[in-house]
Amino acid sequence: MYATRTRRARPEPFAVRPGIAERLGLPYMDGTLSISAVVLAAFGVFTLSQATLHDVPGSPHYFVDRQVTYAILGLVGMYLLARVDYSRFRELRVGIYTFLCVSVSLVFVFGVAARGSRRAFELPFFSFQPSEVGKLLLALALAGFVIDGARRGSARQRTVRYLCLGLAPAALVFLQPDLGTSLVYGAITLAVMFVGGVRWTHFAVIGAALVALVTIVLAVAPAVGTPVLKGYQQERLTSFLRPSEDPGDAGYQQNQAMIAIGSGQTTGRGDRATQTRLDFVPERHTDFIFAVIGERYGFMGAALVLSLYALLFWRALRIVTLSKNSYGTLVAGGIAAMLLFQVFVNVGMNLGIMPITGIPLPLLSYGGSSVLATFLAVGVLQSIHMQARLSQKGRFAW
Amino acid sequence: MYLRSDERGPQRNTGLALRIAVFGGVGLAIFAVLFFRLWFLQVISGDRYRAEANNNRTREFRVGAPRGSIVDRNGEVLVDNRTSLALRVNPRKLPPRPAARRAELAQLAELTHSSLRRVRSLMHEQLKLAPSAPVTLRRDVGHYLVYYLQENQERFPGVEVQRVFVRHYPRGALGAHILGNVGEISERQLKERRYRGLEPSDEIGQDGVEDTYDRFLRGRPGVTRIQVDALGQPTRRGRLVSQPPVPGNELRLSIDSGVQAAGESALGLRGLPGGFVTMDVHNGEILGLGSFPTFDPTVFTKPLTQSQVDSLIRDPEAAPLTDRAIAGLYPTGSTFKLITAMAALNTGVITTGTTIEDGGSITVGSQRFQNAGGAAYGPLTLVPALQKSSDVFFYTLGQNMWDTGALQHWAHLLGIGRPTGLDLPGAASGLLPTQRWRNRLFKRGETDRPWSVGDNIQLATGQGDLQTNPLQMAIAYATVANGGTVVTPHVGMQVDDAAGRVLREFDPKPRRHVHIDRGYRAAILEGLHLAAQAGGGTSYHVFGGFPIPVAGKTGTAQRPPNPDQSWYVVLAPYPNPRIVTAVTIEQGGFGADSAAPAALEILEAYFGKRASGEAGPNGGSPG
Repeated sequence: MYATRTRRARPEPFAVRPGIAERLGLPYMDGTLSISAVVLAAFGVFTLSQATLHDVPGSPHYFVDRQVTYAILGLVGMYLLARVDYSRFRELRVGIYTFLCVSVSLVFVFGVAARGSRRAFELPFFSFQPSEVGKLLLALALAGFVIDGARRGSARQRTVRYLCLGLAPAALVFLQPDLGTSLVYGAITLAVMFVGGVRWTHFAVIGAALVALVTIVLAVAPAVGTPVLKGYQQERLTSFLRPSEDPGDAGYQQNQAMIAIGSGQTTGRGDRATQTRLDFVPERHTDFIFAVIGERYGFMGAALVLSLYALLFWRALRIVTLSKNSYGTLVAGGIAAMLLFQVFVNVGMNLGIMPITGIPLPLLSYGGSSVLATFLAVGVLQSIHMQARLSQKGRFAW
Repeated sequence: MYLRSDERGPQRNTGLALRIAVFGGVGLAIFAVLFFRLWFLQVISGDRYRAEANNNRTREFRVGAPRGSIVDRNGEVLVDNRTSLALRVNPRKLPPRPAARRAELAQLAELTHSSLRRVRSLMHEQLKLAPSAPVTLRRDVGHYLVYYLQENQERFPGVEVQRVFVRHYPRGALGAHILGNVGEISERQLKERRYRGLEPSDEIGQDGVEDTYDRFLRGRPGVTRIQVDALGQPTRRGRLVSQPPVPGNELRLSIDSGVQAAGESALGLRGLPGGFVTMDVHNGEILGLGSFPTFDPTVFTKPLTQSQVDSLIRDPEAAPLTDRAIAGLYPTGSTFKLITAMAALNTGVITTGTTIEDGGSITVGSQRFQNAGGAAYGPLTLVPALQKSSDVFFYTLGQNMWDTGALQHWAHLLGIGRPTGLDLPGAASGLLPTQRWRNRLFKRGETDRPWSVGDNIQLATGQGDLQTNPLQMAIAYATVANGGTVVTPHVGMQVDDAAGRVLREFDPKPRRHVHIDRGYRAAILEGLHLAAQAGGGTSYHVFGGFPIPVAGKTGTAQRPPNPDQSWYVVLAPYPNPRIVTAVTIEQGGFGADSAAPAALEILEAYFGKRASGEAGPNGGSPG
């Protein structure tokens, strides 16, 4: 604020008559964040266009057309959200939370079944999966509850309350059944609580409980004869520990994905890719799109994608620190955790070091709801960033 | 502003800063792990995964080559191929669940009249040799089964039907012992040099000329390497390399199917175990060679049933797989006298004019050797001695040569008791008893006495310890008849390619040459001619009415406790023979009783002329 004119080559953007960029609010946004998100989405569309050329007979651009549509919708949504002061969501937390739980529950009533689970609504032009946008809603609502209840009850009561609030929608999603997304809900909940200041000792207890839960679910319950997970879920979760040659096994998919990525070597195989082109890798446009990138574009392409995610995460984390209020800090923390967790689990699954959980790769995996939700999340981050910048300048949003 | 609970700015909160740092640290660690793992997979182990990916997407299919056909010397087909449908199971496409897999295999076992255990062990064995290659469960499945499987395809994932070539024998059992059979290459054979480049489940000749001439008949399987997708389905434009199969070449045998059929039916008519061989005396080409009992080679194109195994292998008396013409081990009876005569003449024991008194028997020490049937022919020279088959005459020769080794020397020269060089597996060398042989046995305590005069007297008339077979006798007779060439007997004559061009002619060099005096040869052949076609000859009543002049010798081998074995060796036409035929019939009695009529039937077929029914008035003396 005390910078002299001589040190600044450019005039203060808002010192003069506001230009187009000023009016659009662009100078207050995080350009790196938006650009990395857009580049990732573009990379995803490009990969889809090459990898799914022959997937739908007669319409080579089936997946690309849909993905591009959602990406554009997402971009628009991102911009609109960026221009809204996110702090209003804190007041709407109860409404948001209710909407989240109801929409996720409605899937049980109106949802379309795909491969044995009801996750999405079938709308006239597209199907919509509420649990995807629900990730963002959970971060917004839960952060509100944390801020709001910061002085109510004992520390232990608060921890239990936050946990219950976070795990209720997670449980609903788990029942759809969608194990992967419910795990993301759990990650968001824990991250918001962590940034929100829940005691370290409480986290230690939660951690111990998690370990116990996993042991019971994966080892004890099936042995006793009351399995909690469905057979395929259990198999997927544990099969990465024992890769298999048998196409009938869950470990086979992962093994094939690893072969695909490894065979890409440094520079990739381009159109000579076979693993992901000849159906050896299943779900190559959704859960295993990273394997397609790894095989087609090699280490250079895959590392570029990982770098973009790292950039995205870094910018999200930076926004956590920049936020003008605690609510923004918690929301940004939840979103950063959502991104990090999804990238880790999905890429880890492709690389054979994490179990198969069916979590999409943000912005890259084919799936309208996921792309839309991620762009909206980036929009909220932008909003936090923008409000912080504006408050630094002593000005507030319109 | 609505920062009610949030008066402190977050930046000023050191607890928050620590938590954000921890958060960032976790993120950093996660990205580090992902980067390292990615680098490890792609850069460090990339080569291995690239190879695995390439291996994943290509399948090699071997396209079997049709085996060459086998024809007789006139081009008549003895073996060719027919296509057959083979039921194969692709283990990669079987249901992954053990229960479903088991159920499908059980159902297949039932459909193919097999048992689940046999199907499993079959798959286990083949998969050990060639992992993940389709396993042939059964060849020659009927069309009804193929239709059934096609209509119920979804119930039998991984089951496929493939056309394969199977040996076909238009003439049935004709020449079974010569032709042999084909079968899947064994684990041991895979390691042999001559089968280099072959793979498990490839078929090779396992016996007979199929074995000897396998490399000509086999052909070269084609290879198609195609790109497949995850389901193993060929992809569009997926053919990578294609090498068409090269069919096997045609093998032409020296066998004359007319002679062969006559010989086999002559043996079959008598219904007793035996063997025959008919050979060109000049070049060793075998025109006919057979053994009774015989077998139908078609049985080897399918898995053997237990009753087939019992009748083919487990029956030591009949032993239909044994080729008695080349693997038999028999004394020869009087047919050996040709060799005794050659030895005596060449060593000066007798001349063609030497007379020996045949008083019906001779006594050596305490042993008395008699003529068969107790006959006594009085003073004889060589020619009438052969004609009448005087045993005493030849006993005397054997006695005179008992410790000179001359008889053994000449028998050895003429090929008795040694390998013949025949191009068929399973031929026996036989045994020529010599002084050294018996003395060595005696020293080792394996026999009760050393070599004695009696042994040589026995050998001079083809009795005792002698072990030989029709092929060796035919070679010995041929050598005398052709003036001293010990031919190499062979059934393979030439190899033609698919276009009919001659690739290879087989004309094996003679084993050796023996000097044979023309006078001796003439005298011996005259004796044999008179034996066959002059009154008083031993086989006159058989050959007396045959329009072609021949020279033949009967033989009656004593094989106590069994009845006598009948022999006949005949050269035709006399005096310049082209062919020799040797026949033996176990338990066939006197030579003239069964072997000679069988030989006559073979010669009738060869010359296309029948004997006039009338037999000679005097049966002559049996010999």
